[in-house]
Formats: sequence, C-alpha cells, structure tokens
Amino acid sequence: MNFPSNLYYTKDHEWVRVEGDVAYIGITDFAQKELGDIVYVDIPSKGKNIAQHEVFGTVEAVKTVSDLFMPLTGEVLELNAQLDGAPELVNSDPYGDGWMIKCSISNPSEIEGLMSAEAYQGLVH
Amino acid sequence: MKYVALNDLHVSLGAKMIEFAGYNMPVLYNNLIQEHQAVRNSVGVFDVSHMGEFMLKGEKALELIQLVTSNDASKLTDGKVQYSCLPNDKGGIVDDLLVYRYSATEYYLVVNASNIEKDWNWISQHNTFGVEMTNMSDDLSLLAVQGPDAIKVIQKLTEVNLAPMEYYTFTSGTVAGCEDVIISNTGYTGSGGFELYVWNKDARKLWDALFEAGKEFGITPCGLGARDTLRLEKGFCLYGNDINDETSPIEAGLGWITKFTKPFINHEHHKAIKDNGATKKLVGFEMVERGIPRQHYTIKDAAGNIIGEVTSGTQSPTLNKGIGLGYVSAAHSKIDSEIFIEIRDKVIKAKVVKIPFL
Repeated sequence: MNFPSNLYYTKDHEWVRVEGDVAYIGITDFAQKELGDIVYVDIPSKGKNIAQHEVFGTVEAVKTVSDLFMPLTGEVLELNAQLDGAPELVNSDPYGDGWMIKCSISNPSEIEGLMSAEAYQGLVH
Repeated sequence: MKYVALNDLHVSLGAKMIEFAGYNMPVLYNNLIQEHQAVRNSVGVFDVSHMGEFMLKGEKALELIQLVTSNDASKLTDGKVQYSCLPNDKGGIVDDLLVYRYSATEYYLVVNASNIEKDWNWISQHNTFGVEMTNMSDDLSLLAVQGPDAIKVIQKLTEVNLAPMEYYTFTSGTVAGCEDVIISNTGYTGSGGFELYVWNKDARKLWDALFEAGKEFGITPCGLGARDTLRLEKGFCLYGNDINDETSPIEAGLGWITKFTKPFINHEHHKAIKDNGATKKLVGFEMVERGIPRQHYTIKDAAGNIIGEVTSGTQSPTLNKGIGLGYVSAAHSKIDSEIFIEIRDKVIKAKVVKIPFL
C-alpha cells in the first residue's frame, strides 16, 4: 500500500494535501481497499462551513456506506466533479484523480494535530 | 465461532473473512464486481457449508413436513426439490428452506445457518409422528457452482449425465472421485448451475478438482458479498432481511409456496390475509434519482408520509443503479408506483418495478 509522505492523514483514513491556504482531501489507499468497489461519492456540503471531525459526505461501496469526516475546519470550496461519473477513480487513484474536496483552512493550527505518513502507516499495519 | 471445513483454504486464498450466522465465512476474495460478473457470465464457486441439513426418515416423514411447511410437499417425487417455508404460530416465518425428496420415506431439509438450532427445535417440537431426525449440518460441506459454464465444469468430473437434469432436481453420484455427492440443480444466484453436497473429508478434493477443471472458463471463488448482490438482482428473499419471524409469506410475495391444499401450522391466518388482501407487500424498486437504498431506510410517499421500510438494497452491478426490496402499504405496491427512499437527510425518488430486476 502506498502512503505519500507529502500528505497528512487522519485516524478516519482521510488524507490532506495542504496547498497554501487551501487543502485537498480524499481517502487513503487503505480505506479504498477496505471499502472495495466504490460506486457513489455523495457530498452535499459544497459551500458549507464544516467543523473538524464533522461529516462532510458519504462514500458508498457496493455493500457498505461510510461517512467522510472533515480533517480540518473549513469551507468546502469545490467537489471533484469527475467522481460523479467515475467514482471508481477513488479506487484506482486515491491520492490523485480520486480526490474528493477542496476546502479552505479556517484554523491552520489544526494541521499540527494530523498524522504523518509514517504515523498513519503504523496505525493501519 | 464455527469454522467450515475449507476455512484455512479461504484464508490462504486471501479471502476477507467475517462472522456470519456464527461461522467464519469468506465475504470477498478479491473484487465483488468481478466475482458477481464471473457468475453472471461464466462460473463461480461459493463455499456455503454453513447452511444446515436435516435428514427426516420414516413412514410419516411426509406428514411432518406437510404440517411444518407451507408448500405442498406431496407434489414432490423422488429426486425433486421444493422451495418452502416454515410458518410459525404468530403469523411470521421461522425460516425458508429447500425440501429434497430422496424417497417416499426419506427427505432432506436445507435451512439457513442462522436458524439451524431454531428450526431443529421447531420441527422436533412438532414431531409427534415418530419421524427419525438427523442433523447433518456439521458433517456436510456445500459448494455452490454457479453460472452458465458450471455444467461444463462439473460434467468433466462426473459420469452422471447433467444435461437432462431439470431445475430443482437432484441426484447422487461420484464427482471428482468423491463418492455420495448430492448433485442438485439449484442455487441462489439466478444464473444456473449446481449445488454440490459433499462430506467434509472430501471437500478439499472436490474444490481443487473444480478449480482445475474450470480453469479454461476462468472459474472464480466468490464470497457472500457477491452472493447477496446476485440474489438481490433476481429478487430472491433473504431470511433476516426480507422475511422474518413477523412477516407473512403472503405479504412477502411467497404465495406461490403457500398452498392451502393441505393444513399447515397457522394456515388459517395466512389464508385470511390472502382472501382479504395483504395490507403491506414486499416490492422490488429501483432508484429513479441517484442513490443507493440500504436495509432499514424509510420509504415515503410523495407527501412525505412513511409507507414502509427497505429490507434489502444495493447498487446492482449489472444494472448499474440502486435496487432494493421493501415492504410498502398495498396502495403503493403497484408496478410503476412512485415512492421515495429516505437516504441520509434527503428523500430520493424511486419506483416500484417487477422482480426479478433482470
């Protein structure tokens, strides 16, 4: 399994890529493998301010439903429109084309509380 | 937790194992959609050895079966199988099952793993006929070889001529050198194929022979996950989801296995529902708008009134849309009725459709 070192991680199996004052968020390679074939990414939160650890959407595999949790407090600025027609991108490229949302970062100090690739790898092994 | 004879094999194949009905079972080997498609298009094998098997033997075996089951087992002849259910005395269903007639005085009942003890106690309690009952569940393995190429694979391994065997018939014979295999033209996928009942000691030999013979067809080990999506696309009820201790077979659309040609436990109750019309019915529905229905989601009408509940739901791998089964009030049960499924905070449009879905 692949855990890029330039990303931050959460115990809920999301990853965060910080780019200046915004963050890209998706689910990890571990998470997509556990879920299996992803058939629907349902994110109704565009334009909303969501607190850290709150639900921003749901990912559905054939047999399971999982909530998606905000790793950082912020406003959901953009959804990955590609996932609407091709949710399987989350399986095939979880850190790239399978990204889920772009959000603002309301409280940069929260970033320090996220996990490194190394710490996350320790969690899932 | 209990273990099937081939437990270690499944683990070595990398299967994801879960506890199901008290057994450690393979839910997925590699990829659910691939497993599903293997069965629809070629051949897949499920280890469903958790299922229970009872032998009922004696002059009055049929009388006992007629009392406890809803279908008319007197219609069976040697080598035939019948789908049926065990009505309880409170208007619901103890279990659904298959009844195999081996001879006029010897029958086999195949029941759900989760209900083995409950069924055994229920049938025993009504056995005032002196029928000899044997629980064979821990001695037998069951491999369901399913899909359009299943017959070609099994035929390579046996001298029993499979082609003339009709749906819902069985025979016994030697398969892959394993003696006394029950070869049953049944299954829970709607894609054809056979179910093979084999003694535990021979299960590994049979599995290996099937995978060797099936190589040319891309034979695939399949888990309980694919079993569930396959059965749901065909609208087959799952005990615990779509039928349970409180649902009438009439409401569940199982009128075709509920025969009032003979008395059975609580038959008056179900006859009254049939005569007066069920107030709620199990229907199939598909999503019109985007969404995936799941068990226990609420079903509403256009005005927002609650009219029922989803009992099974999934994204159909074949149709590529959300499908489900659920009970709705009779007024909303007609084909093409517009219904709404509450998914998280939203109500999503769906419509009642004919089952099977494909």
